[in-house]
Amino acid sequence: MGSAGRPEEDPIRDEAFRRELVALIPHLRAFARTLSGDPTAADDLAQDAMMKAWDARASFEMGTNMKAWTFMILRNQFYSEKRRSWRQTQLDQEAAERTLVAVDNPEAPVALDELRLGLAMLPIEQREALILVGAGGFAYEEAAEICGCAVGTVKSRVSRARRALQGILESGSYDRDGSSAGEAMNAILASAERLSQVR
Amino acid sequence: MIDQHPMKRSRTKSPSLDEARLRQQAIGVRLRQMFDEVVNEPVPDEFLQILRRHDEDRPGEG
Repeated sequence: MGSAGRPEEDPIRDEAFRRELVALIPHLRAFARTLSGDPTAADDLAQDAMMKAWDARASFEMGTNMKAWTFMILRNQFYSEKRRSWRQTQLDQEAAERTLVAVDNPEAPVALDELRLGLAMLPIEQREALILVGAGGFAYEEAAEICGCAVGTVKSRVSRARRALQGILESGSYDRDGSSAGEAMNAILASAERLSQVR
Repeated sequence: MIDQHPMKRSRTKSPSLDEARLRQQAIGVRLRQMFDEVVNEPVPDEFLQILRRHDEDRPGEG
């Protein structure tokens, strides 16, 4: 499928491609992990993306940004899997609620666990924009290409994500007063929603 | 009971903005840390095995 247009086999090019792809595996894993939050599912996702990239190597223009190209493959894969499994999203949410109540360390300024939970609560579009720009080291323009949207859209997603995350982390440390997990979660989500709309 | 001082709030507007900026920075640092932690993990052998096996499956293709 799709290999009809492939020119001729080029072992030297393939080898160069492979070397660059292998060097990107740690970054693909990090992107998958921060995007999905589940280490096992993340590695499956990163492996799928790696194989997709390898299979599509003929369409990659050597010398251009392979990191951005593979990240785009990974995020498209992530979205098509998400679309297939809304149920899984529901389970993620429930797990996040349980863990949120279990977290009990108000002293820590920004605990990694809380940040993970906070990320999981962001809308996916905001989460991926923030990860690409805030952690992956991509410029807004590159992130826009990866996400297939306008640069301005990425910018506003990143800033909304930052504000919402801050709100989630703050209310997370105040709302552990014995109310039910669902109530605490609703309060957090409401405040995230509010904060993400304030300009 | 906790005392409420609404007047204090308006007086400290710019320090709280600074505070917000500092918190943002802290979140940014943590986010990069979280990402880099995974980048620095050794890659599971599985990845390279899959890539190799996939290649061997189709040696004479084309």
